[in-house]
Amino acid sequence: MSEPFLEVQDLHHTYNPDTPQAVVALDGISFDVETGEYLGIIGGNGSGKSTLAKHLNALLLPTSGAVRVGGMDTRDRASIWEIRRRVGMVFQNPDNQLVATVVEEDVAFGPENLGLPPDTIRQRVDEALAAVEMTPFRRHAPHLLSGGQKQRIAIAGILAMRPECLVLDEATTMLDPAGRAEVQATVRALRRDTGMTVILVSHAMEDLVEADRIIALDEGRVIMDGSPGEVFDIIASSSGGRLDLPPMAKLARWLREDGIPVEGEAHTVESLARTLLSLTAGARRGRG
Amino acid sequence: MAEPLIACNDLTHVYLRGTPMESRALEGITLRVSRGEMVAVIGPTGSGKSTLIQHFNGLLRPTSGTVLVEGEDLWAPRTDRRKARRRIGLLFQFPEYQLFEETVRRDVSYGPKNLGLAEPEIEERVEEALAQVGLDPVRFGSRSPFTLSGGEMRRVAMAGVLAMRPSVLVLDEPTAGLDPRGREDLLQTVLSLHGEGMTVVLVTHNMDEAARLATRIIVLEAGRVEMEGTPAEVFADEEALDRIGLGVPQAARLVGMLRRGGIPVGDALSITEARRAIAAALRGWRDGTH
Repeated sequence: MSEPFLEVQDLHHTYNPDTPQAVVALDGISFDVETGEYLGIIGGNGSGKSTLAKHLNALLLPTSGAVRVGGMDTRDRASIWEIRRRVGMVFQNPDNQLVATVVEEDVAFGPENLGLPPDTIRQRVDEALAAVEMTPFRRHAPHLLSGGQKQRIAIAGILAMRPECLVLDEATTMLDPAGRAEVQATVRALRRDTGMTVILVSHAMEDLVEADRIIALDEGRVIMDGSPGEVFDIIASSSGGRLDLPPMAKLARWLREDGIPVEGEAHTVESLARTLLSLTAGARRGRG
Repeated sequence: MAEPLIACNDLTHVYLRGTPMESRALEGITLRVSRGEMVAVIGPTGSGKSTLIQHFNGLLRPTSGTVLVEGEDLWAPRTDRRKARRRIGLLFQFPEYQLFEETVRRDVSYGPKNLGLAEPEIEERVEEALAQVGLDPVRFGSRSPFTLSGGEMRRVAMAGVLAMRPSVLVLDEPTAGLDPRGREDLLQTVLSLHGEGMTVVLVTHNMDEAARLATRIIVLEAGRVEMEGTPAEVFADEEALDRIGLGVPQAARLVGMLRRGGIPVGDALSITEARRAIAAALRGWRDGTH
């Protein structure tokens, strides 16, 4: 039995420990992520989700407990660069992540720092830009691109490092609907073409409806861990919490209450429309 | 006939005119905001939304055209721009980054103090503004703004704007980055302010919010007014909104797909409306009336 790609074990994180300003951000978190899994992490403001994300590639180190990537402990200083190569992070603000004045130089920044030969760098940059469908923009200035395009360049810069896992921390929060859709389409294509492990952190449940599994955080603890359907069932049965169902999951539930047999995982506009259309198609045949 | 609160006439704004970097951000914008309205301005990034609202309070000067606030041309020679500017309560994006005082009370009183008002009047305005945004002055007044949640901080910033007693509240992406609870609290605050008669202009990326809150929607694209009307009118043109890159609320997209698939379902902008419309349409199927 192979070991999980990522192990988080009883992770605690306290900011400003041993001072009056001490804040417990993570309070005993444990979970594993398998290679190829698409994990969503959801939580309200202050739930600890961004702190957790920063532990996944050793930007923060545990106050206690452990985080292991491919068996390597993030506290092991000798492993830190290998961990960061394997787990790439995309952050909220696209403007803070781009370093060069030309798109392809920005994407080449990481591989250049690895000291790779120029031919290899070129090949990686070409592949990474193709993967995010930004090849036509290779000679553009990043700061003149749209928000969605900038985030795709940030993703390309990470892909050029050949990571095993991509972590997106609120990567669509600052984007307009078109930019949001672009980044989501890029993640979908990456999953389809490479089966890469993806961890998507968000405060909006509707960003996570396509994940294999969702972990919900509140006050630094894991309060739910399951498939989207399982997690939505729990949220629907509790009330007044910090989490809300995605609109279509809520509508599907209401329709069921109204006696319309909406079955299966109908959490997106497309899946709910498909389900309702097949229902009525059945009714049509039944009548005929 | 009452004067519109804000009027833009053939407003054009060109950044860096006469340089190689010249860009036309607004191109002949004509619009009115009347008392008691809640107008949503929607448009993709770079469509000119922020440039537009910075003209409302004279932060930017039109390259050509005019901006009138309560009938007064902001850039006419005799206009007291500072006074005119006070009538427009502008809340920028992520306004919590602009909080700086040690307590919530002091932060909210900063504006009124600068107006040179007497202490009791300042006190009264602060109490009222905090109550308007749903923060209990007793519980929150003496706290440091930096110990509050993101949503609470944002409401403190909004109270600071309200304490200036503006005629219109202009909100730039007020719910960006808030979690569902913070978002809902803030939307309730905006709805109740509007319910009490406040005129609101709301810039948003969120089509569901625009559909839920606005009495009228103005769609900007590439510096021009592309569409304008009630939410029902604007969101009826899914094709145009998709082309612009905005799309329509999820409920509207769903009923559109159902209709194209042959289910004769009525219009819906919210999931509550969609529930009603779909239940009615499917009842029809079951009863065999279609």
